[in-house]
Amino acid sequence: MESKKTLPGTPIAGAEWDNEVYSFRKHSVQLRYAWDAGSAVSGFLEGLKEGRILGRRCNRCMRVLVPPRAFCERCFRSTDEWVEVKDTGKINTYSVSYVNNDASRRDKPLIVAVIEIDEASPGMGFLHVLGEVEPSKVHVDMKVKAVWKPRDERVGAITDIKYFKPLEV
Amino acid sequence: MRRVAVVGAGMTLFRHRMLETGKEMAFEASRMALDQAGLDIKDVDSVVLGSAPDAFDGVHMKGEYLLDGAGGTCKPYTRVYVGGGTGVFVPIAAWWQVASGVADIVLVVGEEKMSPLLPHPQYAFWSIFDPILERPLGVTLLWIFSLEMRRYMHVYNVKEEDIALVAVKNKRNALDHPAAQLAANITVDDVLKSEPICWPVKRLDVSPTSDGAAAVVLASEDVARRITDDPVWITGVGWNVDSTYWTNRDLCYPEYLEKAANMAYRMAHISDPKKEIDFAEVYDPFDYKELHHMEGLQLARRGEAPKLTREGVTQRDGDLPINPSGGLLGVGNPIAAAGMMKIAEVFWQLRGEAGKRQVKKPVRRGLAQAWGDLMQVGTVVIMER
Amino acid sequence: MTKVAIIGVGYSGYAPLTPHMSFKEMMFEAAKRAYTDAGINPRTDVGSFICCEEDLWEGISITDEYVPDQLGGAQRAVCTVSDDGLVGLINGYMQIKSGLADVVVVESHSKLSNVLSQGDVSSMSFEPYYERPFLTVETAVALEMRRYMFDRELGDDIPAMVVAKNKKNGLGNPRAPYSAILSMDEVLSSPMVCEPLRKAHIPEPADGCAVTVLASEEKARILVDQPVWIRGVGWFSDTPWVSQRDFSKAVYAEGSSKMAYKMAGVNTPAKHFDFVEVDDSYGYKELQHLEALGVYTKENIKRAVEVSETDLRGPLPVNPSGGKISLGDMVEANGLVRVVEAVLTLRGQGPRSLRGAKHALVQSWRGPPTASGSTVILEV
Repeated sequence: MESKKTLPGTPIAGAEWDNEVYSFRKHSVQLRYAWDAGSAVSGFLEGLKEGRILGRRCNRCMRVLVPPRAFCERCFRSTDEWVEVKDTGKINTYSVSYVNNDASRRDKPLIVAVIEIDEASPGMGFLHVLGEVEPSKVHVDMKVKAVWKPRDERVGAITDIKYFKPLEV
Repeated sequence: MRRVAVVGAGMTLFRHRMLETGKEMAFEASRMALDQAGLDIKDVDSVVLGSAPDAFDGVHMKGEYLLDGAGGTCKPYTRVYVGGGTGVFVPIAAWWQVASGVADIVLVVGEEKMSPLLPHPQYAFWSIFDPILERPLGVTLLWIFSLEMRRYMHVYNVKEEDIALVAVKNKRNALDHPAAQLAANITVDDVLKSEPICWPVKRLDVSPTSDGAAAVVLASEDVARRITDDPVWITGVGWNVDSTYWTNRDLCYPEYLEKAANMAYRMAHISDPKKEIDFAEVYDPFDYKELHHMEGLQLARRGEAPKLTREGVTQRDGDLPINPSGGLLGVGNPIAAAGMMKIAEVFWQLRGEAGKRQVKKPVRRGLAQAWGDLMQVGTVVIMER
Repeated sequence: MTKVAIIGVGYSGYAPLTPHMSFKEMMFEAAKRAYTDAGINPRTDVGSFICCEEDLWEGISITDEYVPDQLGGAQRAVCTVSDDGLVGLINGYMQIKSGLADVVVVESHSKLSNVLSQGDVSSMSFEPYYERPFLTVETAVALEMRRYMFDRELGDDIPAMVVAKNKKNGLGNPRAPYSAILSMDEVLSSPMVCEPLRKAHIPEPADGCAVTVLASEEKARILVDQPVWIRGVGWFSDTPWVSQRDFSKAVYAEGSSKMAYKMAGVNTPAKHFDFVEVDDSYGYKELQHLEALGVYTKENIKRAVEVSETDLRGPLPVNPSGGKISLGDMVEANGLVRVVEAVLTLRGQGPRSLRGAKHALVQSWRGPPTASGSTVILEV
């Protein structure tokens, strides 16, 4: 392909789009689903409701899996038992988000992190957000602790943990 | 295993919004690829299409919808899908049709029309996350990549400046690409000072959302020898998908990509990729990904890619040109079409048809790679003269 | 090039609701059964994993992200074929033929019970400018049904007889949740959905997962006593435009079967098979497909139904499993579900009257509004 060759395609400029120069058809739809959570995630959500973080142990590789799952993907066998782990952990990695999920700008930046949970196997973490801390103070390996919603507001959801905050030493 | 050649390639412009429908873009790219191969649609035994989430187009089973544009009417036709890795996977799925003897000529089409989704194509990515454990947090695609970028920077002590060099190089390379959406002469400082989106990811670290299509034609050895003096052979294919649980692995190094690459290297009898691969089109939706992928492909040691970039090794006139096309950062990122653009670029480079983009050193063997899912899939194709 | 065999099958779900397990757990259960059946360890013995699914049926975009772990495929070659499970199986066949892998796992599943907006999802499969404003799955099906019945001079009784037959066949199949004794009159008195389509014609949605393990000849002979050989494969698409199709025939089934017959060297399909499993949606599709496959002709298809030739104990049993009518509609899993049924029957684990069967055909259609389908020829 020579560089100068004209390629097919008709770009629409921003102004042409905004002024609806070209015709289009709009369709708006709200698709609804109710995903069966299954045995492992159901148990995890029940635990969150009680203010506890639960994992599942595989008795072959001896890993404690968090978030829990019914099967060990490495050994390809059913996991064996529930294990309660701590609600503290350390930051594996973090980021500061200035945008919402529709790409619009946030009013206030949000700190997101992967948190390796204490007493789970090394590297076992989950995604959550941080609170009560300035972005500039956050660092990899920082110790953090879950801040729970009050008991009567917990519904069995990942958001039963409001956020993680730095653990005072 | 029959030998399989690439005999033609085509693509549309990549732009934020195109007037053409998905079907029409698929048609334009396919027509151009068939023309280059000197073939007609009636010569085609089978069609394989790649396209990423249906949520962009707002069409369920969009492979079926795109079917006639991609030339699949009254033919064996199917769609394959490995998230962002799709673009480089479509030719793999076509390769096994030819290598197995089931088909002699396969048309391979990558199409993406991201613009129809309102308010913004990014919104589709919310629905890629675990509906129970992750979506309630308001997660965005940018989060996970910035988390990976941060981890990579932390483990190998990589500076934002080093990463920005990739954006500078690729956007400049794209100045010579006629399809390019975001070609520009920018500086490291421009990247560092661009608007933070999800720190450490800033506006100029990221590829755009795009509409576009690209296509290639694959042929068996008999057919290829008959229709062209200049076939480019696919000598290695590989792909690999890691565990869904992305928060359970160390994001600093893509093990799945290493395994995908090793699968392709074994097939192509490559033992020292750094020496034996002449140039590569690696997946660069974010600038750090080029570095990450060079390491996963073992074109650089772990943590060494920033150094090679600083030293100019990855420039078009360097020892190991990376993304001479301008990559996704410069040419644009219509997901499945972007991966196919890389396949097309390797094809054009190997035939010496890349015009001003032609890398300086003589090239005999190139590699195209894509990546996707929850930072989880690697797809690799090796092509040779 | 090597021959390719099916050496293991597994399944789970096959029910209107499966609230006790997530789709991952459902896949894990089916996969475990298939691996045990084939005598393999997925972590060491499998070259490639293929999953057939569609984003909007899962409610998850890029849904292949959620596939590897429960199949034993983490850090392995895993991919999605966005198509019917039978096309996934065909891709597995080609991977083995090409020398890329010697053992391939093919999976497909449905969690339709989790899709609350089934109608909206279906409507999104129509072309957005011309078709979506007024076509629904039911109207698209009814248009074709009317034309096909007109061309073949079929009364309402004929599709009803097919439905009744398949509902009855399912009673002998422990995996068929929608099997029943249903009279032709009961079908004909069920509510009209969109003339001539009645509620009883429409397969009910079901959850379920099917997994098959394919192997090269060399591996198959080492691993199992009773490989089921894949002798021919074909897949094909007609035009995507609903209004431009020839409603009187299933062009995709004709195209895919021609390809498969050529590969398998089948010259007289009407005589070759001991039984066939074909897509039987809405009753009339079974007949349209049997014609397209060359098993019957447009001249003799009506009589075949009238004289019960396609019954379980007739000369050519069609859908001995009970078909989609009895097993339920498992969307992209439909084709693979039938492969599981055909394999079990060829191994003598199906209906008693089919013990000793050696040749089978499995045909699938991707469902409305598509005109895409596939055919596989199996042999023991």
